Amino acid sequence: MTEKDEDVVLEMLGITKEFPGVKALQDVNLRVRRGEIHAICGENGAGKSTLMKVLSGVYPHGSYDGEIVFDGEPVAFRGIRDSEDRGIVIIHQELALIPQISIAENIFLGNEKAGAGVLDWNRTHRAAADLLSRVGLAENPEITPSEIGVGKQQLVEIAKALSKKVDVLILDEPTAALNDDDSEHLLGLLREFRDQGMTCIIISHKLGEITSVADRVTVIRDGQTIETLDLHGAEPVTEDRIIRGMVGRSLEHRFPARKATIGDEVLRIEDWTVHHPVDTDRVIVDSANLDVRAGEVVGLAGLMGAGRTELAMSLFGRSWGTGISGRVYKNGEEIRIRTVSDAIRHGLAYTTEDRKSLGLNLIQTIRENISSSALGKLMDWMGVIRGEREAAVAERYRRDFGIKAPTVESVVGQLSGGNQQKVVLSKWVFSDPDVLILDEPTRGIDVGAKYEIYTLVNQLAEAGKAVIVISSELPELIGVCDRIYAMSQGRITGEVPRERATQEELMRYMTMEKTR
Amino acid sequence: MNEITEYLGRNARQYGIVIALLAIVALFQVLTGGRLLDPSNVVSLIQQNAYVMILAIGMVMVIVAGHIDLSVGSVVAFIGGAAAIMMADWGWSWPVAVALALVLGLLVGCWQGFWVAYVGIPAFIVTLAGMLIFRGLAIVLVSETRAGLPDAFNAIAGGELPSWLGFLGNLDGVTLLIGVIGMAAFVLSQWRARRGLIKHDLAVEPMGIFLVKNVVVVGLIGVVAYWLALRATPIVLLIVGGLIMIFTFVLNRTVFGRHIYAVGGNRHAAQLSGVRTRVTDFMIFVNMGLLAAVAAVVTTARAGAGLAAAGQLYELDAIAACFIGGSAVRGGVGKISGAMIGALIMGVLNMGLSILAVDSAWQQTIKGLVLLLAVALDVVSKRRRAYA
Ligand SMILES: Nc1ncnc2c1ncn2[C@@H]1O[C@H](COP(=O)(O)OP(=O)(O)OP(=O)(O)O)[C@@H](O)[C@H]1O
Ligand SMILES: [Mg+2]
Repeated sequence: MTEKDEDVVLEMLGITKEFPGVKALQDVNLRVRRGEIHAICGENGAGKSTLMKVLSGVYPHGSYDGEIVFDGEPVAFRGIRDSEDRGIVIIHQELALIPQISIAENIFLGNEKAGAGVLDWNRTHRAAADLLSRVGLAENPEITPSEIGVGKQQLVEIAKALSKKVDVLILDEPTAALNDDDSEHLLGLLREFRDQGMTCIIISHKLGEITSVADRVTVIRDGQTIETLDLHGAEPVTEDRIIRGMVGRSLEHRFPARKATIGDEVLRIEDWTVHHPVDTDRVIVDSANLDVRAGEVVGLAGLMGAGRTELAMSLFGRSWGTGISGRVYKNGEEIRIRTVSDAIRHGLAYTTEDRKSLGLNLIQTIRENISSSALGKLMDWMGVIRGEREAAVAERYRRDFGIKAPTVESVVGQLSGGNQQKVVLSKWVFSDPDVLILDEPTRGIDVGAKYEIYTLVNQLAEAGKAVIVISSELPELIGVCDRIYAMSQGRITGEVPRERATQEELMRYMTMEKTR
Repeated sequence: MNEITEYLGRNARQYGIVIALLAIVALFQVLTGGRLLDPSNVVSLIQQNAYVMILAIGMVMVIVAGHIDLSVGSVVAFIGGAAAIMMADWGWSWPVAVALALVLGLLVGCWQGFWVAYVGIPAFIVTLAGMLIFRGLAIVLVSETRAGLPDAFNAIAGGELPSWLGFLGNLDGVTLLIGVIGMAAFVLSQWRARRGLIKHDLAVEPMGIFLVKNVVVVGLIGVVAYWLALRATPIVLLIVGGLIMIFTFVLNRTVFGRHIYAVGGNRHAAQLSGVRTRVTDFMIFVNMGLLAAVAAVVTTARAGAGLAAAGQLYELDAIAACFIGGSAVRGGVGKISGAMIGALIMGVLNMGLSILAVDSAWQQTIKGLVLLLAVALDVVSKRRRAYA
């Protein structure tokens, strides 16, 4: 097809967007055809989310340079309402549902089904049920989002988008927090929408998804457009091909080579049982036994709801659950951990899967976040925090981990998702633990940075630390772990050494039903 | 030059509020025909507003942690009344009364901290209750007034340091010495902080800004010291200055202070980082109680009596000072220096309007508008910067 006769629905021309101290986008061009699934790829902080925020009017006309042409005419959105009026709807990287109000209310928030300002509940619930069935979600629209899992919440977000007139649907990392099944379902939906004539723009770091679902891919690097690849073109577009565009070179391996020297047992838990904090009869973790050794990387595989995060958090100073029982041994001796401070004192560290609400103080700087779990290490003999020592430590991690930010005084809330994750990791590595529990450490992180994080895990293990990795990506677990436990319905159902670890084997344990 | 404008852009808020203060001072200086900055007015500005500054120091910490304290005005009346009774009725010596007042402040803080931190009742409710409880107790204690306090006690608010060092021309030597020490301490601490950063290869503010900032602050200290030296140093100035230095240090350089910001910014994340959030909350209120006691001592000494109606609306003055000074309503953000400038803005307004003999009803209206305007400017400039 020549440029002339392709049916372009949307064109962004020469977009430049600056934040104080950061040039997020520089002369970016994007051309999207009607009725295609257009993927946008790039490393963390490349500017993908920013570009979509410009498109959807989150950053209003005038706050950026360049032109947006939609349906053949230039547009100047002053806000998200303007773009929605034209049929451009964005689903943001972070879920934006309000947990306390019902799904139906969430769906129609801001464009309520009402007559003269009075809500029509029947109409609201019927319309919500229709939309939910369109996205294949069989839930009662009157329950609240907090009662369903992330996968389903993401579907509610899509239903919410569909409640408006949508011509172009933008999804910013919709599958980052989803397991394989949920992701597959969501991608299926996108294909359906495309067949109905909708245009979709999807941002994702899961390149496998992109090669399977997208028609074309635009690659962005350091705020600039690098190329647009056609997946139906003559030349086949592989994941490696996309990576080459993203990082500017080809990545030989996805996982660093691992040479394990495994020492003595560092942590062992026996008979660990945890109950649900509200529904206190429900057993969430069921007599789990687990151990890790010095220099060992142990994986924890399981489906959503298997109890992995709950196991980790209950261990980490009883941060989750009630009725916790069982024994914990550190270096062979039984220890008692009642609070997070106890856990830190015993050399445990836990990086959460939910970095925004549990892992970071978004309004503080990189420096203050990194030092926050180990301020004691920065004190002098009088108990005074040495400011310049703190700044130097933060600066070191910024360089070592490649956190993309102008200085360590940048506010964490303004970093891109992947860079926030690196701040979380820095924070806990700085606390210098013996046992590091990483919960979904590469969620929302680009391939290059993933490699860096795997390398880091390797280095920590080589330094004699015990590392536990919780992940929903099986290839990742198989790539970095020496031994993998599989969990299902709160029980540890299997233990697989590296040599025998395959996705099929793990999946078998992960789906094992309760026999009792 | 570009570097400098960019730096100023990023720190606009901090400089903006200082400029606002200077502008208001200049405005009233002109309107009052130069009477605002008359030495005796400068001294009474400090003496009249000492209570706001003392309370605002505690209030910043409360607000940064995401709470609020509505009870401080009543607590001032309650503790002030108790101290007055100790001295006037029981004839106890004033140092004992002051010490016991401070202890009483700690106990009040423990009471409120207990309900907020350990029972988990929102601070708004706990301190609203406290506002009623302690006002009631104050009335029970002193019914209306308890006068007849020792002169030495009253000097805490109204007194000045004696001129031990004699005079330099017509300037008081002690005051000049304090001014010089203040200048030297400021420059030295700034210089040391800068050297530390450079040593570790970290970003520092541009040299131009650094110099200008130092010159301006030294100049300001100099001007204030000069005015005061025409009289003598008020004792409350030393109290307030000491508290500012101590608590700025606590907030920036101690683990407790940093935990306050962490808790206010994201309570859950702080918990998972090993911050004992309950202990932090509790200590914040204990501290607020202590500072309310200091304010009570100053207020009672200034009135020369314990009054059941003392401290009316003090909580709002302190809260307003914090918000004018850039504290965030949602918590996590706020500085003592900002709150102090906020308190000064309110104080200068009060004083200037009084000199101009503006009706007190209008004074309130104007102060309310200034509060609204200051916070509105902050909100709008933040939004502009986010989308810039
Ligand atoms: N509000 C803001 N203020 C200042 N800088 C910002 C702001 N928002 C984004 N940035 C910066 O702009 C750059 C691009 O960020 P963006 O969020 O678009 O990245 P991204 O490609 O979506 O990354 P990720 O894959 O990690 O989500 C980053 O360097 C980021 O720090
Ligand atoms: Mg993004």
